[in-house]
Amino acid sequence: MGLDIYKINPEFKDIMPREIIELEENATWSTKMNKPRGIKELPETKELLEEHSLCAGCPEAAALRYVLSALPKPEDTVIVNSTGCTSLMFPHIALHTVHSLFGNQNAVASGIKRVLEWRFPDTQKDVVVLAGDGATVDIGLDYTLQSFFRQEKITTICFDNEVYANTGGQESGMTAKGQVFKMAPTGKKFDKVPMWELATTSGCHYSINMTASAPKAVAKAVREAILIAREIGPTYINLYTPCILEIGLSANEGLGEMKDQDKDRFASYKHISPEAEAYLKKCKEEGLL
Amino acid sequence: MLKKITEGPAGYMPQSAPSMGVELAPEGQALLYGNIVSEEEAMRDAARALLTRDNPTIFPGPQVLWDWKDDVADKAAAILELASEIPNCKIIPMPDYRPKYPKIDVKAEINPNHPNLTILDNRIKASIFVGVHCHYANLSLRMIRAGTDCYTIALCAYMGHEEAMASIRDLHASTIHKFKEIVIEERNKLGIEWEPTLPPENPSLQKEDHAALSPSDYGEYRSLIMTRKGEHVTEVE
Ligand SMILES: Cc1ncc(C[n+]2csc(CCOP(=O)(O)OP(=O)(O)O)c2C)c(N)n1
Ligand code: SF4
Ligand SMILES: [Mg+2]
Repeated sequence: MGLDIYKINPEFKDIMPREIIELEENATWSTKMNKPRGIKELPETKELLEEHSLCAGCPEAAALRYVLSALPKPEDTVIVNSTGCTSLMFPHIALHTVHSLFGNQNAVASGIKRVLEWRFPDTQKDVVVLAGDGATVDIGLDYTLQSFFRQEKITTICFDNEVYANTGGQESGMTAKGQVFKMAPTGKKFDKVPMWELATTSGCHYSINMTASAPKAVAKAVREAILIAREIGPTYINLYTPCILEIGLSANEGLGEMKDQDKDRFASYKHISPEAEAYLKKCKEEGLL
Repeated sequence: MLKKITEGPAGYMPQSAPSMGVELAPEGQALLYGNIVSEEEAMRDAARALLTRDNPTIFPGPQVLWDWKDDVADKAAAILELASEIPNCKIIPMPDYRPKYPKIDVKAEINPNHPNLTILDNRIKASIFVGVHCHYANLSLRMIRAGTDCYTIALCAYMGHEEAMASIRDLHASTIHKFKEIVIEERNKLGIEWEPTLPPENPSLQKEDHAALSPSDYGEYRSLIMTRKGEHVTEVE
């Protein structure tokens, strides 16, 4: 399995659309690359994310591209996602994804990871959770933290847009204090939940808080987090991907907003456990990073 | 024969065939217009539709397009033989179930989320679905019945499809060969002369040359790339 399903039946090669033939020939699967693929492959690769149905200029779409380009072994990666704006992009990518019930994503991912380890003991399979802040920190907080406590070997990426975007703008635990939304007219009453700190205290070996303003930095964090989750234990990435629609920005203003927040609510936070640090060093020597 | 399921357009969101009382055919039999008939009877009606209606087209799906199992090569070869016996038959693949936005290349592919676009644009009046996973086949067949007047034929490796006008179940390469023979017989009965000819290659659109694009190429979407009043976009990414 795995890569084989992406081989076109030779009988039908000449009736296949050109773009599908290009997918077969040029896809950046790890077996075809002599070095890990990365951001530079983004403009060319069909499998990463060609089209999507999010708002024009939504930073979530850009951030998903960065994440996808950084997967160390895309063909052996399962992405578990949850309802929200992010989930609208998953039907468009040519990778294994599982849509889970809202909030349950870390529980579902734990099960998938364990079964994959049992079913494919000789293949390294990466399980990555990718969900919004509402799913990760509010409704699914229990599942998120429990998976950290249990030391599940999965990577959790939270697309923190500080709002329930897909349902029209309700406040979430990640919303900043005082923020007003269409459906939170009196303003948020308490502070933003420092989820990256909770992740650290709950046992994550890698926890980082950042914006998606710098593609390479996002890609680096994703790759490190996935490698650590393979060998050591749970990892967490909190990624600011502002909902430009709900905070009233236009399509070209998302990047500026992220850059501004680099110095404010998302000033960089990075925790890495000593074992994880030692492991990353080893990965670097082996050329995995 | 009372035709329970006929060519459309049945209108937006038509009643589903199962809720109209159509049941899947038992092993060894087939469905024709929602009625259980012999496989041969269904094949003869389907063959006549392919031979007499405009722009007959075969829509192969992932289960035959991708090289994932030993027996797909035989099935694929049989499908090509069948296609070459149907005059002016085209093959338009359904390689990918992912929805296509903002637009699909309707000459190059068909997509289960909006199959009517490919059918209407190419004026297809008779079609075969083969190798499409059942849930997507059901979705497509019902949408086609809703919005087009295309005669649909399901060649299914499992239990068949209620929404198709003709549905053959438990498909193997040998079933396709049998269908091909019936097509040839019916063609001869109708007096149509035809030398076996393979369908044309995929006419995919050329890749867009982004350097040569101007905002006007984006039609009604151009406002999206021209966000500020007075600002003129000369270069596009
Ligand atoms: C079990 C369940 N509860 C509630 C919902 C409704 N719902 C859909 S999307 C959404 C908000 C998603 O917010 P977030 O996770 O922050 O993602 P975003 O849309 O902001 O990217 C909610 C509450 C649901 N789909 N399923
Ligand atoms: S609503 Fe917000 S988060 Fe959702 S797609 Fe639009 S800009 Fe992105
Ligand atoms: Mg959110």
